Amino acid sequence: MQLWLIPILPFLGFLLNGLLGKKLSKPVINAIAVGSVLLSFVWVVKTLSALGAFSGGLEETYKEHYYTWIQSGMLNISVDFAIDRLTAVMLMVVTGVGTLIHIYAVGYMAHEGGYYRFFAYLNLFMFFMLILVLGANFLLLFVGWEGVGLCSYLLIGFYFLEKFATDAGNKAFIVNRIGDFGFALAIFLVAIHFGSLDFGTVFTQIKAMPIETSAGIFTVISLLLLLGATGKSAQIPLYVWLPAAMAGPTPVSALIHAATMVTAGVYMIARTSQIYLHSPWALDIVAIVGLTTAFVAATIGLAQNDIKKVFAYSTVSQLGYMFVGLGVGAFSAGIFHLMTHAFFKALLFLGAGSVIHACSGEQDMRYMGGLRKYTPITMVTLLCGSLAIAGFPFLSGAASKDLILEAAYEHAPWMYWVGVFTAGMTAFYVFRAFFLTFFGEYKGKPAAGHGHGHDDAHGHDGHGHGTPHESPAVMWIPLAILAVLSVGGGFINIPHFLEPLFPLQEGEPARWLEYVAMAAGLGGIAMAYLFYVVSPGLPESLATTFKGLHTLIYNKYFVDEFYDATVVEPMVDGSRQLLWRVADVQVIDGVANGIGSTARGLGGILRRAQSGYIRSYAAWVLAGSILAIAYIGFMGLAR
Amino acid sequence: MIPLGPLPAAVPPSWYLILSAILFALGVLGFLLRRNIITVFMSIELMLNAVNLSFVTFSYVLKRVDGHIFSFFVMVVAAAEAAVGLAIILTVFKNRQTLEIDEVSSLKN
Amino acid sequence: MDTILFLIFAAIAVICGINLVVQTHPISSALSLVGVMGALAALYLLLGGEFIAAAQLVVYAGAIMVLFVFVIMLLNAGTEKRLNVRPLGKYLGAPLLLVFFGMMAYLIQKVMPPSSPVVFGAFQGGTAAEIGKSLFTVYLLPFEVTSVLILIAILGAIVLARKEVD
Repeated sequence: MQLWLIPILPFLGFLLNGLLGKKLSKPVINAIAVGSVLLSFVWVVKTLSALGAFSGGLEETYKEHYYTWIQSGMLNISVDFAIDRLTAVMLMVVTGVGTLIHIYAVGYMAHEGGYYRFFAYLNLFMFFMLILVLGANFLLLFVGWEGVGLCSYLLIGFYFLEKFATDAGNKAFIVNRIGDFGFALAIFLVAIHFGSLDFGTVFTQIKAMPIETSAGIFTVISLLLLLGATGKSAQIPLYVWLPAAMAGPTPVSALIHAATMVTAGVYMIARTSQIYLHSPWALDIVAIVGLTTAFVAATIGLAQNDIKKVFAYSTVSQLGYMFVGLGVGAFSAGIFHLMTHAFFKALLFLGAGSVIHACSGEQDMRYMGGLRKYTPITMVTLLCGSLAIAGFPFLSGAASKDLILEAAYEHAPWMYWVGVFTAGMTAFYVFRAFFLTFFGEYKGKPAAGHGHGHDDAHGHDGHGHGTPHESPAVMWIPLAILAVLSVGGGFINIPHFLEPLFPLQEGEPARWLEYVAMAAGLGGIAMAYLFYVVSPGLPESLATTFKGLHTLIYNKYFVDEFYDATVVEPMVDGSRQLLWRVADVQVIDGVANGIGSTARGLGGILRRAQSGYIRSYAAWVLAGSILAIAYIGFMGLAR
Repeated sequence: MIPLGPLPAAVPPSWYLILSAILFALGVLGFLLRRNIITVFMSIELMLNAVNLSFVTFSYVLKRVDGHIFSFFVMVVAAAEAAVGLAIILTVFKNRQTLEIDEVSSLKN
Repeated sequence: MDTILFLIFAAIAVICGINLVVQTHPISSALSLVGVMGALAALYLLLGGEFIAAAQLVVYAGAIMVLFVFVIMLLNAGTEKRLNVRPLGKYLGAPLLLVFFGMMAYLIQKVMPPSSPVVFGAFQGGTAAEIGKSLFTVYLLPFEVTSVLILIAILGAIVLARKEVD
């Protein structure tokens, strides 16, 4: 079935664009970059249909073995790719949404420098993400895990001449590293306890073992894996890198920090569900972490002014929802939300990119407004996305979010109520962004001429800067496709599809749960309408009334400052004082220099023999000969 | 051993060897203590002579002629060495204007 | 008789040797060395080395020492300023030598095989005929090599002592 083609095609794109890109023309670079991902998507579809995934097949895992990588004692790790239904969902999402974003990026990055480098990195990212998803053992997953972290660093710091971009890249990588530490420890424990890292082998072993009731090996492994997931999927305490990652170009934010990389943590927990199912206590922790993150991130998103930051915190919040889904045992609901979130969050980010492009680079929502006159297509598509995330009935977001909330209610009712409140906040801040951007008067730089006609069916690029303008077709076509998916994606019955892996719970949940969630969403939309369209002065007055609370939220609860003071500063200082001054300068340099000066000193002593006086040479010869004669003579005599 | 008392009629060969040792030691002493290059050279000649005596003595003891031959060769070599060595001393004197051995120490350190 | 002869010539050799080391003027040292060689020639005779004794007087005392005296006079070497012996030599060298001498003496005593005393005329193998026989049969190669050596020495001396060609 040649599964290896799926990741290798983007890798080839990376090689070609990376090595030759400097000399290639833009159309060729586009063709290579987009083509490789598109071909990968086509191959995924072909493979899946051949395996019968679209027609009820693929009940068992399909595995392909390539070669044995590590053979050490009892540990045998080979390069295997495997597809089961979970992988199928991930593959479709990654390659499908990835292709759309690649197409969009062609338009968005048209004026940027380092064009070929961008697409090379993007392709490399696809390669690693696909390895992560296709890997049939922990080590391959980890390889993909690290690889996407690397590409994230490269792409966040894409504008490497800006300090804030490189700082953001560093932050992302370092914070991720902390999570990876936990992940690595978990892998070691798995290898020790189960003698193998292969998913099939390990999970079959685990299925036969009893569920833990107190802290035992499963709990430890689960918590360590959770640490890794919080790093990659931006949950508390390791979420701080995601808002900073908005320093990268918008397609990067859409692809990596919305649709694919950040979902790796969710995927990983779903993949290792057997371990978690054997430690209910750890599952609870997962749910609580997710819920807390969802709530806190939503509150922060209420007060942000940068449109990308709003969506960034929204991503953190929605990832929290996915973790809640996983944590209450509804693994398929979590994956379902992963898919719908990929659709509408990518749409939201790409739409934001379109808006930013329209406003010639402006990202602060206070300087936007009234864009519905200038960018109608973007507005319609963004409306679809916003409705989806807000939980509008029948749309994809509602379908998945409701499933999660219902499962949460089954698990612990208080979780449901917190989730509902967060859903309301979600609707509010998303539509706050929507109304601020598209309604009211345009508050940006004054228009020099009049805007271009709306609703251009064919994109054109000849625009004057100063007036907002619609994006070219290469940008709004992916938006349109994603809008359709956001609206209709809810009808793809993922939980049913994933049933062989994650058995569904029996019984119908109470209908009123759905209605309450729906009401919360609609209420949020209404409040946003009230605040930002009907009486625009209201937010200001509220902000001044609750000044303390507003400052707290606006400054993201000062978490970054807290981390700085408690972790970053002591570490940097300690490094400087201890590791640099003592260990490096004194010890290592001391040893290296010490060897040199010892040799020199020894030479200085031995040099005295070379006095240049012939007579002293003779004296040395005499002394030596006396010793020799004495030795031989008395040895001879002794005999 | 070395008998004290009335002199024997003839001396044992070991006395010759002891004499050789004394002369050799004197040669070394001269080599170490004197500062004039030529005198040092002559001390070397003295050492060679002492060794010659030793060879001839052993030749007598072992009743073979080889010791004499050796001694002959030593003399030949000493002659050649004296010729070249003195030529070198002449050159050094021409360059340095001194016959002090301590001042010819450019190889110091 | 042999004893007395030995003692006389041994004494001459030792005294001349000490004189060589002690004298300040190089000429005096050269003449002392001639004395040593003469004494040694006599001792060679006692030991039956007639040819060697003759060679000693003719080659060593007659040619080499004359060369030395020529060079000393050519260079106009004066007396040494003072016997300015470095302390290291004085305090270390002399005792070392005594040790050396004592050790040699002791070893010689122990190791020597018992043999007859030296009597003049007891050893007849040192005649010119004997030496010639041995030299041109057994030691032919070293003989030829030494002739080459002498040739090289001549060349070397000529090259070294040449005046610079301006």
